Amino acid sequence: MDFNNFLLMGQEIGLIAVFLILFIYDIIGSEKSKRYFYPFTCIIFAIFTLWGFCPKPAGEAFGGMFISSDMTVLMKNILNIATLIVFLQTFRWLDAEDTRHRRSEFFTITLITLLGMYLMVSSGNFMMLYIGMETASLPLACLAAFNKYKEKSAEAGVKFVLISALSSAVMLFGLSFLYGAIGTFYFSDMTSRVVGEPLTILGLVFFFGGLGFKLSLVPFHLWTADVYEGAPTSVTAYLSVVSKGAAAFALIFAIYKVFGNIEIVWQQIIWWLSVITITLGNLFAIRQNDIKRFFAFSSISQAGYILLGIIAGNAQGMTATVFYVLVYVFSNLAAFGVISAVEHASGGKTSIAAFNGLYKNNPKLSLVMTFAVFSLGGIPPFAGYFSKFFIFMAAASAEQYLLVFIALLNTVISLFYYLLIIKAMYIKNAESGAVSRFSSDTYNRISMLACILGILVCGFLSCIYSGMSEISFGI
Amino acid sequence: MNILSLFVAVPVLMIVLLFLCKEMKQIRTVMVTGASALLVLAATLTVMFIKERAALPDVEMLFVSSTIWYAPLNITYAVGVDGISVVMLVLASIIVFTGVFSSWNMNMAKEYFLWYCLLSLGVFGFFISIDLFSMFMFYEIALIPMYLLIGLWGTGRKEYSAMKLTLMLMGGSAFLLVGIIGIYYTSGHSSMNLLEIANNLHIPIEHQRWIFPATFLGFGVLGALFPFHTWSPDGHASAPTAVSMLHAGVLMKLGGYGCFRVAIYLMPEAAHELGWIFLILTGISVVYGAFSAVVQTDLKYINAYSSVSHCGLVLFAILMMNQTAMTGAIMQMLSHGLMTALFFALIGLIYGRTHTRDIREMGGLMKIMPFASVCYVIAGLASLGLPGLSGFVAEMTIFVGSFQNADIFHRVFTIAACCSIVITAVYILRTIGKILYGPVQDEHHLHLTDAAWYEKVSAVGLILGITAMGMYPSGVSEMISKSILPIIEKLSF
Repeated sequence: MDFNNFLLMGQEIGLIAVFLILFIYDIIGSEKSKRYFYPFTCIIFAIFTLWGFCPKPAGEAFGGMFISSDMTVLMKNILNIATLIVFLQTFRWLDAEDTRHRRSEFFTITLITLLGMYLMVSSGNFMMLYIGMETASLPLACLAAFNKYKEKSAEAGVKFVLISALSSAVMLFGLSFLYGAIGTFYFSDMTSRVVGEPLTILGLVFFFGGLGFKLSLVPFHLWTADVYEGAPTSVTAYLSVVSKGAAAFALIFAIYKVFGNIEIVWQQIIWWLSVITITLGNLFAIRQNDIKRFFAFSSISQAGYILLGIIAGNAQGMTATVFYVLVYVFSNLAAFGVISAVEHASGGKTSIAAFNGLYKNNPKLSLVMTFAVFSLGGIPPFAGYFSKFFIFMAAASAEQYLLVFIALLNTVISLFYYLLIIKAMYIKNAESGAVSRFSSDTYNRISMLACILGILVCGFLSCIYSGMSEISFGI
Repeated sequence: MNILSLFVAVPVLMIVLLFLCKEMKQIRTVMVTGASALLVLAATLTVMFIKERAALPDVEMLFVSSTIWYAPLNITYAVGVDGISVVMLVLASIIVFTGVFSSWNMNMAKEYFLWYCLLSLGVFGFFISIDLFSMFMFYEIALIPMYLLIGLWGTGRKEYSAMKLTLMLMGGSAFLLVGIIGIYYTSGHSSMNLLEIANNLHIPIEHQRWIFPATFLGFGVLGALFPFHTWSPDGHASAPTAVSMLHAGVLMKLGGYGCFRVAIYLMPEAAHELGWIFLILTGISVVYGAFSAVVQTDLKYINAYSSVSHCGLVLFAILMMNQTAMTGAIMQMLSHGLMTALFFALIGLIYGRTHTRDIREMGGLMKIMPFASVCYVIAGLASLGLPGLSGFVAEMTIFVGSFQNADIFHRVFTIAACCSIVITAVYILRTIGKILYGPVQDEHHLHLTDAAWYEKVSAVGLILGITAMGMYPSGVSEMISKSILPIIEKLSF
């Protein structure tokens, strides 16, 4: 057995090590020592995240099953950063009465899903991709149902598990077609053998449907709002950022590596999917009263923008997509940091009305929310402007001007509902029972500070984009 | 550091300092110092520019500097100015300066001035940029603070107006952005620099046919192009004084400047081919705006519609595409910027005391507030084009230039636009007669005070600008007309 194979899997092994350390700590640690469990987890995961930025070897392991390149390492680092920020936001929630004794479960389960996402990103074979996806999906259902005494949380868990089972079935169905048509599951072998025969295209469509569930593209988005609303806020943050990011990364690799020959087919699919995803996501977001549902639909439309980068099919498209996800991580998690802070201060309220007059009592929190929302809406000088601009440029490089235009009109709609939050915070007067002045915990502050830093810096530091651009590749 | 980048650096510094401020006094100190610094900077730039221009008469843009920003996408941070941008920078710095004095007693002053500085940052950045990416970035930076400035500190139907204004302008920028991306890719995706694209690259005519309307419309929305002007009356009427000043005075000029610098400069062929469509629309803006102003009774609405008419004249003159008319267009931007700002400053002053803007409820203010009323008369006379004030110079140049186009289509529109001057006289004189002269309508008004010192600073500063331009137009027109030559050369291919 060649151990070099394992060296390529450095990050995965590191993650498993972190998982085991936490697991053992939880089992053998005394009640007293468990007081330090939370900070210990954050610190050890932060170290792991930092370690991810050290240079890693590139290559293929296990006969092409597992691929590691600079790009996959970068993608995993982005997922790590996002996970770390989510961890930092969980302090208040996990410190509550009914979750305190299950605190370690949250972290260990999350790490397992993260491992699954690593495998999705690094896969060089559709079987591997499927296994990664399953590893990532099933524990997520546990997370969604984590507040098991709350009806909605349990409901979210059930919905999620049923939908992911369905999407796996759809995807496997598509994969079986692909196998029947091509005779192999290895990406590198499939590339040249993919020609536009109907069976392959059918396989592609089903495969796309399966990943579409994960990415919550319209029309596969129906679970999103309910699950996002029911799941604990931090889990919602994790679902909307990490899970979605991993699915986007996996999609871009699979499409670019395997289906390069039938670009014209998947470009059409993506064209329609992104148009309806962005538009419907936006239109539904306008009507929401619950802030978590609101961000569910906002994240649906953001997924549509991600597709705009993928449609380009060149290195620029990949760079723009990865950059978009990175900026989305910071912007969306900043918003969720505020949401979870407000939720705990107001005793579990998640309606948009809970944000009325927030500025008067908590100016700093509303400033964070303002930055986040403007960044999501693509307003300069925040990073969201840059990432949107680049994703539009990527789509335009494939001469998709009409698509760019439709997406741009949608940014105006999205601005409308993002401004509704701004309006609630700054202009509307607080009703009775509004959130009074409070201070959020240190961990959450660190997480929001990190997000704000990301939102402000990512755009102006061009080296981030340029660095990504050097390691991207096209069809 | 390039002197031009200071125009961006000063507002950034002001924003940082404002964050540290605690008391009203500190805030005012920061704002007055910063705004004065900008004014001095603009004056210095003008002097330097005239000197440099004498030394290098053939160079299109001066003080050019370019730093690579996003190398893979050929995005640079590039700055440079010609006579037109210098004039616009001077205008912007005057209005930012006077605007500070017009918003002397604001509640939540710190937040207000934060957004105010961000707005001015965008405006200055826009005028110095010659890179499409950074230009568009500054353009959007200037737009978004309007939402909060109007929504929070405005009056009347402020939430509605703020949302309407923001969404319409953002809708315009959607057209604009697709145009900019189109320019980049169809010109061979090798540069975002305006000069580079204009002089060394070429956009094929079949692409110009869709990019030109997109960019012209995009900027035109901000320049109150009919039928996309509807944000302007509501927005101006609801905005607080200084924001109306800055918005009508400078921000609407971004539209005209952009149409000129991006749409026409980069796509002269399409401008020739499709200019007539927009000429019709701007012609409607000019006349329709003036007529609408006649029937309004709210002072701010009168002025807002008058702005639609006058800004329409800017786009109108640009589309005449000859040197005289274009010079007139730039002068009209300057003149309109100054006098509208003066109008809004005075309206804010009057409204702050009488608590009404309805002209039917006011009268005889000349006896009560002589200083403010005299200033109002001056603004009014400038607006209707009295010789010796800025309005006359600008409109005269525009109409002389427009009449040089000898075909019947242009002639008809020129004559129609000329008529708008008469209508302007109607609504200006009617307003002045109604609110300044005659008997006092409301006896409570008798106890009102005249302008405070800070309001006087604001008004006097603007009047000085208006008269200076009216008395010595050749200085301004010389700076402008030379800079228009490269564009005219492109148009007469």
